[in-house]
Amino acid sequence: MRMSDSQITFYRLQACPYCERVTRKLEEYGLEYRSRFIEPLHSKRNVVKRISGKRTVPAIVDHETGVTMSESANIVEYLESTYGDDGREEAA
Amino acid sequence: MVEFDVVELGPADHPIAGETAPDFTRPLVNREFWEDVSLSELTDEGALLLVFTPMDGAFPATYVWNEIRDRSWGESVTVVGLSISTPYEHMDLLEEREIDHALFSDPGNGVAREYGIEHELDGMTGISEPRPAVFLLGENRIVEYAWVADEWPDFPPYDEIEDAIESL
Repeated sequence: MRMSDSQITFYRLQACPYCERVTRKLEEYGLEYRSRFIEPLHSKRNVVKRISGKRTVPAIVDHETGVTMSESANIVEYLESTYGDDGREEAA
Repeated sequence: MVEFDVVELGPADHPIAGETAPDFTRPLVNREFWEDVSLSELTDEGALLLVFTPMDGAFPATYVWNEIRDRSWGESVTVVGLSISTPYEHMDLLEEREIDHALFSDPGNGVAREYGIEHELDGMTGISEPRPAVFLLGENRIVEYAWVADEWPDFPPYDEIEDAIESL
């Protein structure tokens, strides 16, 4: 499998409950994602700052829609509206 | 030069020149993050030098990475490392030693078993790691050059490896 083909890049921190919440959503909707784990120290989170403007995780980049987003509540809402049943109905 | 009392490790049944190196997927650690990467993803991009070292913090790992940095091999070929150290330890090593290469993390030592270079550590019960080893891989993971330690400790033959890189 070529993981670089994954639709979503998911920046996460090991054992972070907010990240796990996003993981569950990604799995619920069967989305292909590539996990990138970062360090706990905020000062070492340059990659997340560069892509999202913030040093917080979770953060996702959806290569399909071009959306970059952080904060789990926002991400969950985005995934629900884009890939959930509601989103699909609205799109239809 | 320091005289070492070395231990013979005996022959290893590892992939040799002309054979295909086994593919594997493990977390690949750079200075900013780690993510699962397959060896084949890297070899698809071009020639690759795969360097197996003792665990981070052991002096041979430090020596090997210092030498590779000083010889600027990264300018001629993609260099990646592998040890049993965790991603967190790899991140520290990359930063402390100013290493510009990515390192695979394989605490379970499964890759070394796959490559026939497993080394049970005397006095560290339950821990095995790869023998020091270097594989130069071309297209489709064909081995262009291989070196595996047959004594412990042992260091890669840097000049010989450099010749192999130059003759790619």
